[in-house]
Amino acid sequence: MYLADRGPTAATAPADADQGRTDRAAQPGRALRAIPATVLALGTVSLITDVSSEMVTAVLPLYVVAGLGLSPLGFGVLDGVYNGVSGLVRLFGGHLADRGRRHKAVAVIGYGLSALCKPLLLIVHTLPLISGVLALDRTGKGIRTAPRDAMISLASTPENRGRAFGVHRAMDTGGALLGPIVAFLVLGAATDGYDAVFTVSFCIAALGVLVLVLFVPGGRAPAAGSMGTASVADAGGARGSDGAAAGTSAPGGDEVSGGAAAGSPAVTLRSAVALLRIPDVRRLTVTATLLGLTTVSDAFVYLMLQHRLGISERLFPLLPLGTAFFFLVLAMPLGVLADRVGRRRVFLGGHVALLLAYGLLLMPLHGDVLPFVVLALHGTFYAATDGVLPAAAAGAVPAELRASGLALIGTGQALARFCCSIAFGAMWTVIGDQAVLGIAMAGLALCAGWAAYALRGPETA
Amino acid sequence: MTARARLIILVVAVALLGTVAFASVMRASQRAGERDTAQPGGPPVSAGSVSLAGSGRMVFRNMAWGPYRDDLVSVPVGDPGGARVAAPVRCLRFYAAAGTGVCLRKEDGALQETYFASILDSGLRTLREFPVGGIPTRTRVSPSGHMAAWTVFVGGDSYAGSNFSTRTSIVDTRTWELTSSLEAYTIIKDGRPYHAADVNFWGVTFSDDGHFYATLATKGQTYLVRGDIAARTVTTMRTNVECPSLSPDGTRLVFKKRVPGADPDEPWRLYALDLKTMEETPLAESRSVDDQVVWSDEHTVMYGLAGDYGDDLWSVPADGPGAARRVALAALNPAFIG
Repeated sequence: MYLADRGPTAATAPADADQGRTDRAAQPGRALRAIPATVLALGTVSLITDVSSEMVTAVLPLYVVAGLGLSPLGFGVLDGVYNGVSGLVRLFGGHLADRGRRHKAVAVIGYGLSALCKPLLLIVHTLPLISGVLALDRTGKGIRTAPRDAMISLASTPENRGRAFGVHRAMDTGGALLGPIVAFLVLGAATDGYDAVFTVSFCIAALGVLVLVLFVPGGRAPAAGSMGTASVADAGGARGSDGAAAGTSAPGGDEVSGGAAAGSPAVTLRSAVALLRIPDVRRLTVTATLLGLTTVSDAFVYLMLQHRLGISERLFPLLPLGTAFFFLVLAMPLGVLADRVGRRRVFLGGHVALLLAYGLLLMPLHGDVLPFVVLALHGTFYAATDGVLPAAAAGAVPAELRASGLALIGTGQALARFCCSIAFGAMWTVIGDQAVLGIAMAGLALCAGWAAYALRGPETA
Repeated sequence: MTARARLIILVVAVALLGTVAFASVMRASQRAGERDTAQPGGPPVSAGSVSLAGSGRMVFRNMAWGPYRDDLVSVPVGDPGGARVAAPVRCLRFYAAAGTGVCLRKEDGALQETYFASILDSGLRTLREFPVGGIPTRTRVSPSGHMAAWTVFVGGDSYAGSNFSTRTSIVDTRTWELTSSLEAYTIIKDGRPYHAADVNFWGVTFSDDGHFYATLATKGQTYLVRGDIAARTVTTMRTNVECPSLSPDGTRLVFKKRVPGADPDEPWRLYALDLKTMEETPLAESRSVDDQVVWSDEHTVMYGLAGDYGDDLWSVPADGPGAARRVALAALNPAFIG
């Protein structure tokens, strides 16, 4: 409904607002106020949605085993397969969003699909069906990720993009941390009240969708403001050889005023693929993929912590909370830092933090502080990469193909990480945890070194 | 749409969704309250003393509604459906032998639930407790009462993905030496040492204080293994055996077996395995059983099947022909005392 309400002013109004914000942001102490309302709204949507989804994840094992009396073994069998599908869904969501510039509409579908999965959990009582519902839930997540990140990038100014993504990721992680607390509050009020947990989760998810529909501007034109797109067009134009890619964005800065109404070139699958011809996009995709290939999955990091530092069974489930805590606290400061010193630098810095974490896990050290240091480095890695990568990528991808481009880079990274976790798991048993982590560390150092070389030079804003 | 209109919609929606959420919690809470009231026609339960010493008693987790729901209760072996005597000890899973009990229990926390394995003496006092990394599923004590084992489901927490695995621990209650994961044992499969990341163990059943049988799963296949505690080895014996339970005379195992062509939601049937001839015999229970059976005598096994109020306890002859019969309503994890 809100989508239809936005008239032609949609393209210009936010741009003006962003212009004003940029000026203020230049002054010190205005950091928080410089965050565009759209980003705050999207952050709120993510926070609410993560409370809802983490509520379910927190109680699901207990529900399956204690509530339904089923064995959860084999629950994750489709996990691997689905990781691949999820990447393709993300690409599809990104492409769909760019076509006709319906970022918001596609995001609403994604969030809505996940919300509808919650009441389904009230109906299904067998493991295959529950797995199916979870798969559907993740399809929704895959669909919405790229348009949402595109909206964040289009709503923020190039100068503040890192901060905008940082704020969004912090809010997102905050929701993930709150979810289990809400779930166990419900279970505390109603013993074995799993149906109540799912119902409350649905209500919260529905609220998230509503906030998205009501408070995130839609409009058919990218609400980027002229600066964001102009600089992209400049970057594309300056490298004249990138014909296909440059062709997708109208030259100069007039595409915002003229593009939406006059019909900019159609967004096709071909133009999305042609994004890889933009040197910056290609470099970022290759770099993110290569680094993803050497990024050991969280579960292995926690297992290593447990093996090498002797974390007790009781504390083991708390390890991910440690990472999430540091991610939450550092996401915005590192986003701001990325705006100041360069997103690629911070992105690389995050991988250096990960490298240090690997190093600590490999050293014959013991001590009570060590787990905290490793988790802090692990959280720093996320804070310095998860939102910073799309912030960096946004500068390289033309506004009309923003969602497709972010999906491309994000999917490359996700699939690479998935391959890494398979290879890591297989090698773990053959050569042992220490040796395989050593290999991963060497690989990460190599890739980071190459990335530092490949991403040198000035970055597009 | 004006900002005001949007705000009104939001407030109305919050009120509506909030009401639905609140109502669902209240309804669940009320239902939980109802479970504290005894059902008419249910087994009578009264507070009393439950002992793991003595003779002629069966101790199990009472699942009947009422104030003693989930407490450990004791009934005469000859009248398992009769009046129950309850002790205020709550366990998700329970087993006992020779005066030693294992109680796998849950403790609620703000961020998550935590689980413990408590070793109980014959008066149900906790001798020692071990934190465990996930939701309990199986537990056994050796016939002498010296060794205890338990299996929990680990993983699947909110951040580490949805991959579950099992972890099986063994403790010597004389020395309190704990093997927190059987994965530390050397696996000998088809005569050779075997390594894999996806190894899972569950369902230990002890033959004596030094040996046990259990299920090992790897690469999508389950195996019956024989474990040697002193040598810290497990050796595979045959495939498609889960949750074995050794007969009191140590000659036969009853286990759940995945049968081809079965409904994927109900894949298991009970089988007996003669350890001398290695011959399998299907038991008379035709339904899918997901439990580690307990031998009530040399010729009968008991197991749980979903009932109206938690699991009901059933029994079936362990030698093949015969019929399954319901032994007690709302009862789980029986242990025979004496």
